[in-house]
Amino acid sequence: MTDRNSIIGKVDWPILLMYFALVVIGWLSIYSAGMSEGHHAIYDMTQFCGKQMMWIGIAMAAGFVILILDAKLFDAFSFWIYAVVVFLLIVVLVYGKATNGATSWIDFGGFKLQPSEFAKLGTALAVASLLGKQDTDLQQRKTRLKVYALILAPAALVLLQHDAGSALVFASFIFVLYREGMPGAGAVMLLAAGALAVFVLTLVWSVKVMCIVLGVLFALTLLYYLLNKKKGLWRMVAVYAFLIALVFSVDYAFYHILEEHQRTRFEILLKLKDDPQGDGYNLHQSKIAIGSGGFWGKGFLNGTQTKYDFVPEQHTDFIFCTIGEEGGFKGSFVVILLYVGLLVRIIKVAERQRLAFSRIYGYSIAGILFVHVAVNIGMTIGLVPVVGIPLPFLSYGGSSLLAFTVMLAIFLKQDANRLNILS
Amino acid sequence: MKQSNKSYVKRQYIIIGIFAVVGIIYLIRLFSLQVFDRELKQNAYNNVLRYVTQYPARGKVFDRNGKLLVYNEAVYDLMVVPSEVRDMDTAEFCRLVNISHETFKERLSKARKYSRIKASVFVGQISKEDYAHIAEVLYRFPGFYFQTRTLRHYPQAIAAHTLGDIGEVNKEEMAADSYYKMGDYIGKSGIERFYEKELRGKKGLKVVMVDVHNKEKGSYLDGALDSLPVPGKDIYLGLDADLQAYGEQLMHGKIGSIVAIEPKTGQILAFVTSPSYDPNLLVGRVRGENYTMLLNDPEKPLLNRAISGTYPPGSTFKMVNGMIALQSGSITPATQFHCNGQASTPIKCTHSHGSSPDLANAIENSCNPYFYEAFKTTINNPKFGSIKKGFEYWCQMAHNLGLGHRFDTDIPYESTGNIPTVEDYDKMYRGSWNSVTIRSLGIGQGEILVTPLQLANIAAVVANEGYYYPPHFIRAFGDSTAVPEKMTTRIETGIEARHCKVIKAGMRSVFEGGHGTARGSKIPGISAGGKTGTAQNPHGDNHSIFIAFAPVEDPQIALAIVIENGGYGSTWAAPIASLMMEKYIKGYTERPAVEERMMNGTINYNIKKKK
Repeated sequence: MTDRNSIIGKVDWPILLMYFALVVIGWLSIYSAGMSEGHHAIYDMTQFCGKQMMWIGIAMAAGFVILILDAKLFDAFSFWIYAVVVFLLIVVLVYGKATNGATSWIDFGGFKLQPSEFAKLGTALAVASLLGKQDTDLQQRKTRLKVYALILAPAALVLLQHDAGSALVFASFIFVLYREGMPGAGAVMLLAAGALAVFVLTLVWSVKVMCIVLGVLFALTLLYYLLNKKKGLWRMVAVYAFLIALVFSVDYAFYHILEEHQRTRFEILLKLKDDPQGDGYNLHQSKIAIGSGGFWGKGFLNGTQTKYDFVPEQHTDFIFCTIGEEGGFKGSFVVILLYVGLLVRIIKVAERQRLAFSRIYGYSIAGILFVHVAVNIGMTIGLVPVVGIPLPFLSYGGSSLLAFTVMLAIFLKQDANRLNILS
Repeated sequence: MKQSNKSYVKRQYIIIGIFAVVGIIYLIRLFSLQVFDRELKQNAYNNVLRYVTQYPARGKVFDRNGKLLVYNEAVYDLMVVPSEVRDMDTAEFCRLVNISHETFKERLSKARKYSRIKASVFVGQISKEDYAHIAEVLYRFPGFYFQTRTLRHYPQAIAAHTLGDIGEVNKEEMAADSYYKMGDYIGKSGIERFYEKELRGKKGLKVVMVDVHNKEKGSYLDGALDSLPVPGKDIYLGLDADLQAYGEQLMHGKIGSIVAIEPKTGQILAFVTSPSYDPNLLVGRVRGENYTMLLNDPEKPLLNRAISGTYPPGSTFKMVNGMIALQSGSITPATQFHCNGQASTPIKCTHSHGSSPDLANAIENSCNPYFYEAFKTTINNPKFGSIKKGFEYWCQMAHNLGLGHRFDTDIPYESTGNIPTVEDYDKMYRGSWNSVTIRSLGIGQGEILVTPLQLANIAAVVANEGYYYPPHFIRAFGDSTAVPEKMTTRIETGIEARHCKVIKAGMRSVFEGGHGTARGSKIPGISAGGKTGTAQNPHGDNHSIFIAFAPVEDPQIALAIVIENGGYGSTWAAPIASLMMEKYIKGYTERPAVEERMMNGTINYNIKKKK
């Protein structure tokens, strides 16, 4: 056991400070968003802000406990933790409570838990543990299959809860796999980006137009390949074949694979459908709230759109609206800077680890945080379809705050312990 | 450290790059939304701001003694917002607001059907007493609340036509004045209509913030954009509420009207038209229904007979002819004309009196031949050169006396009545007519039509000895602003006082003379002047008419009374007039028998009431 004073000296203060800043901003925003029901003390336990304060306390206590535990515990118990969260995901499927169309809660007698928030943590630990082993080699197919299984199993269970947003977060492991040199990870990232672009453009334009565009692109690439006598011609042709196939399957995927509400969200995002009072309401009101903030914002507690319930889910998934309205561009800028700063800092800290486990774990949580932040803020400003996942550290919700805090605390503990590791 | 990862260290920059690029894209997007997009900001205002009109209290109306005639009564609507209704003791609630359980369920589901989050009226127009009772415990029933409205209320239920009513503005009224918005109230008739601008005050505006359920959340910018409503002016009328009420009682069961004027000011003291109705009928949600009912009543209670009813003035017109004849110098007070009684030509006399009356005698006895002769002498007076010139003079004088035209003060919908002109007769008789042709004018028959208001004004002219103030209702505004000048401008009729005095003496003897046609209606202790009229009515029995003023020495009241189909002027009109004057001057009456006979007396009009 490391003693208390030394852990405070060894912990990475930039990460900790950015974490505190985000948690406080979140708490104040929840307080402000809850003002519509009249003035309450910020610690009023009947209000969201009071409850969030309690959760902040619990989360920080948990984080502190983690910091004084033995760093080696997490690698050692990672698969056990993974097993527990997977088990909980199965329990949810059987006993879970439904909110907003997703069955993601387990109710422990009034105390509600969202296992999907912890599934990410468990998966990050398990992936780090597996890839961190001395004898694990990502170049081997068998290893890769194991990693896929580790990631996709909880993702599939979450998807079965109809929580597509949380399932999507598991795609974030592509970053750590890419960093760890898994063959094809980079290509998958590019292809995924390309496929997404094709998907969106096909919906916006039409199959015919997309075929022409892709045809022209293909002809140009082919010319380039032939003139420069580049290798891998067949692979290039295969990629184009895949994209063309995608174009033709978009309609099918759109109307048969996506669920009704997911389809509508895409349509609204892509402005294929305009319905500010119905399905487009959330996005419309969210943009109004953020847009009305202006450069300087309306000031703390002075927001009108978020406070008066125009923006739904304003204290949870749409908490960024309160920041955008009351803090204006200035506030949005600070928050985005904090997130990007935190992510970059995590990557930099991960890179200085001597243990592969710690580095891989760091990249895993950076990826998870990044997808959460990008999707959540993206949906409030109309860049991403409306997907119900929380904004890390800011959104109201005990499970989410606790899971992210624990996630970060484990990483800080690994980092604080790095000098004790012999390389 | 595992070796295989060495070569991938640089990949951290790709990943950091992706994070940074996404961050920058988001910041650009945020900048465009928050700094450039004006539409979003406007949407935000539209979302959250509601402009709530603050209605001012409408001015009250008082009588000449400060008695309240019209005021605003607060009524309370019990509202419900279905989405906010929680489990509650329904049985107690029903007992509280006095409705059955079935009604409760029915109304709640109706409200739900209208809107779950918008308020609708659950129980309308709850009285002040019940309101106090219910409001005390209403907190136990979430979703219910009171909304205050004001209705016009008429505590005495008198003078319905004079006071008028208010109703929702129609399209034309909104187009004519941009002050009014849909659902606003506006004076529709009477005082309410004429003094609309004074009574209505000025609307205020409150800018409030609302939440997504349209629920008020407080004022915007601490009320910097708000304006307070300015309450309407109170109005004091010349009307005497007691006299008005007394007049309405006296007219019960009769069709006709009473107009009483204060001669010195032109202020109307009483303005009775019968049948009338309770002005409280035309208030609030029952207005439409009751209006239709009154409109379809065969006795036409909505018709204001005091200004819309035009009658031949009959013998009451003899004053006019007498004054004009004197003023033109065609007769002197001592001039006598021969009366052959029933045998007189071309107009016979219906009264028995000495054979050659002078003017005062003729008035006292209402001698028809005398006034025919006086009229003939006037228009044939050689000083005019021709009968047409003479007649034009006569017309002019009649006009000066307030006949044949509107006074155009604050009394809406006046009829002009009719004073025939030279042109009229030229047309009628193809230019060939003389004083015999138009002899009926001499005794107030023929083409002459007057309103009771014009008749009352004639009485005022005599009482004032030659001038009048245009009859009007207004006495003062609550804030002491001046009443319109037109109503305080003395109008000279061109009849000299000395001539009026002769008429006055004649009218006095109508009450006090041995043969006076109203000698039966003499008022104990008060000297009065009057003149009966019995207007021939081609549609039925004669109209009973009387004009009068009192006291003769210093007239306080001048009035005209018309009782349709009431027969002789002395039968109904004269006694009622005498009671009115007595009541006004003394404050009480001393002739209970006459009073009872007048109040309980009804005239059978044979009008079939539609069911």
